[in-house]
Amino acid sequence: MTAAAPLRLAPGQRNIGRELAETWQARDLLYTFADRDLRLRYRQTALGVVWVVLQPLIAAGIFTFVFGTVARMPSDGKPYILFTFAALTGWNLFSGILTRASGCLVGNANLVSRVFFPRLILPLSVMPAAIVDFIVALGMYAVLLVVYGVAPTAALATLPLWMFLLCTGAFGAGLVAASLMVRYRDVQYVLPVAAQLLLYASPVAYAASRVPERWHTLYFLNPLAAAIEGLRWSLLGTEPPAAGAVAWSASVGVVAIITGVFVFRRMERGFADVI
Amino acid sequence: MQAVRHPFARDDHEVLWALKDCSFDVARGDLVGIIGRNGAGKSTLLKLLSRITEPTEGEILMYGRVGALLEVGTGFHPELTGRENIYLNGTILGMRRREIAARFDEIVTFAEVERFLDTPVKHYSSGMYVRLAFAVAAHLEPEILIVDEVLAVGDSEFQRKCLGKMEEVAHAGRTVLFVSHNMQAISTLTKRTLVLDRGACVFDGATSDGIAHYRAMQTALVDRAAAYVALPGTAGNHVAAAHVVTSDPGGVHRWGRPIRFEFDLVIPEPASALCFSFQVIDADERSVCHLWCFERDARFRRDAGRYRLTFHVPALRAYRGSYTIRTFLSDRRTFTEFEGLSQLCPFVVTMDGIERQDYEWEEGTSAYLEDHEWVLARDGSSDAPQRGQFHA
Repeated sequence: MTAAAPLRLAPGQRNIGRELAETWQARDLLYTFADRDLRLRYRQTALGVVWVVLQPLIAAGIFTFVFGTVARMPSDGKPYILFTFAALTGWNLFSGILTRASGCLVGNANLVSRVFFPRLILPLSVMPAAIVDFIVALGMYAVLLVVYGVAPTAALATLPLWMFLLCTGAFGAGLVAASLMVRYRDVQYVLPVAAQLLLYASPVAYAASRVPERWHTLYFLNPLAAAIEGLRWSLLGTEPPAAGAVAWSASVGVVAIITGVFVFRRMERGFADVI
Repeated sequence: MQAVRHPFARDDHEVLWALKDCSFDVARGDLVGIIGRNGAGKSTLLKLLSRITEPTEGEILMYGRVGALLEVGTGFHPELTGRENIYLNGTILGMRRREIAARFDEIVTFAEVERFLDTPVKHYSSGMYVRLAFAVAAHLEPEILIVDEVLAVGDSEFQRKCLGKMEEVAHAGRTVLFVSHNMQAISTLTKRTLVLDRGACVFDGATSDGIAHYRAMQTALVDRAAAYVALPGTAGNHVAAAHVVTSDPGGVHRWGRPIRFEFDLVIPEPASALCFSFQVIDADERSVCHLWCFERDARFRRDAGRYRLTFHVPALRAYRGSYTIRTFLSDRRTFTEFEGLSQLCPFVVTMDGIERQDYEWEEGTSAYLEDHEWVLARDGSSDAPQRGQFHA
C-alpha cells in the first residue's frame, strides 16, 4: 500500500511536475466543483436554465437598440443583432471565465484554509460552466441564423481557435486576479470597471474596421480585438482579422497562462494564511 | 518610540514563530495524541502535516496517503442535497468519485439519512448534518489520518462513534495523529502523546506522563492574570480578547460572589445566524456551565465591527477548583465554526471565608453548590424542628 518514495514537504520543495500530476489526480474534484456550480447557479431561480438564454439575448437586444437602431453603426451588411450577438458570445465566454476565476479562491475561503487539494483545481473548475454557457449561446445564435435566413460560412471551422484564444487569455488573467484578490480585495472592485473598459475597447458593438487606420496597431494591441473579430468572422462571415493581429493575440494568450500559473504558484504559499 | 515615528514600518523583531524546534517520528500504525493550549502550535502543526500551509523552515517526510479531518463537513453546501454533498465532501477530502460510489450505501447507512438523501442539507437537523459529514470522513481510507478536535462537536453518542472509528482505523494498521483538549479521549485512545507549548515540542512520551506534564503547565498558568488576547494577525470573525473578572485579583474567585465574563469580539463578516457561547471547564475537562448569546436581532449579525460582550453572573456556584473557558463562535445556519478556543482565562474558585465545621472543603466532591435550607424534625415530637441554611 505504502508508496516507495516519501512525500517531502519543505520550503522550496515544490515542483511544477508534481503539482501538475496531483492536479490530474484530483480531476474528480474538478468535475465535482464544476457540477456543484452548475447545479447551484439555477437552483431556486424561477426561470431556471432560461436565464442562460435570456442573458446574452437581452444584452444583444440593448446593443442592437443603442448602436444599431439609434447610432446606426454599420454591421458589415449583416443584421445588426447577429453581428453583435456573435461577438457577445465570445465576450461572455471571456468575461465569464475571468470574473468566476478571479473570485474562486476568496469565494471558497473556508475550503482553502481548511483542506488541502491542488489549488489550481479551483480556477480550472470555473471553465466548464462558462463553456456550457457559451454552447447554449451558440445554440441560441443558430436559431437566430435560421430566423434571419443567414447561412454560416466555411470559416466556422476556425471556431475552436477563437475559443482557445479567449479561454487562455481569460484564464491567465483570472489566475492573476484570483491570487491578488486573496491579499487585496480591491481587485473585486477594480475588475468590473476594467472589464467594462475592455468591452468597449473590443469590437463587440462595432466592427474593428471602423477604427481609423492610423490607430489600428494600437487598437490590435488589445489581444481580445483579434479574437473577437475572428470569432465573428467564423460565426457570421464578416471581415477576418489580420494574421499578425491573430499571432499577437495567441502569443499574449500563452504568456498570460504562463504568467498566471507563475503568479498563482508564487502566492499559493500564503493563501491559507492570508485568506 | 520607533513605532510612533514610523507607524507603518514593520517591526522585524515581531516575527512570530507559530511552530519551531519541533521534531518527532511516528511509526506506521501508531496512534499519537497532541495536546497543548491555544496558540501552542497544534493547529499550525496539523496545517503543515495536511499541506494546507507550507513550512518556512525544516522538512516533513510522509509515507502514504494523508487524510486530514480538521473539521466536520468541510465544503458542505446547504443548497445541495445529501447525495450531492456526499460526493462534494468526499472528493474534497481526496476520494475518487468511483470510491465514493462503491461506499455510498455504507456511508448512507452509517449516517442514518436514507429518507432524506434528496433533500437539501439546509433542511437537515444539526444532528443529521453532523452524522452525514462524519460518515463521509469515516469512510475515507488514508494511510495517515490527522484528526483535529472533531469531538468537540456533536452529542456524546456521536463522540463515541467518532472514537470507535478512530480506534478501528488504528487497529487496521494505519497511523493516526489526534489533537484534542479532551484528556479523557486522549488517554483512552493513545499510548504516546506530544505536548506543545509556545510552538515547541516540550514533551514526547507516554500519554499518562504527557497529561501530567500538561496539567502541571496549566497549574503554573493559573498564577497569571485571567485574561486572553488574540495573537496579532488573527483574521476572520474571532475573539480578540477575553477576560474573567473574578472577585479577588490574580484570577482568584470566592465562591458565590458575582463574576463577570468579558469578550471582545471582532466581526469583519457578520452572518445572519452568528452565535457566541462559552463553557466553564473544570480540571477534568468537564463543562460545568454553558452560557450563550443566541439573539435573533443581535447587532453583530448585521454590522461588522468590534463588540464587547459581557456576561454577568450574580453568583457563580461552581465549586472549589480550577477552571478555564472554552469559547464557540459559529454560524448556526451554515454550521461554520469561525473560531473555537479552549483553555482561556484560567481562574480558581476558593471557599475562602466560608466556614464549614468539622469538614474541611475538599476538591472534587461536587461540581457545584446549591443554595439550600435544611429542616430536622424528630418523629413523634412536638418540639419546633431545627433549621439551618447555606447560601451564596
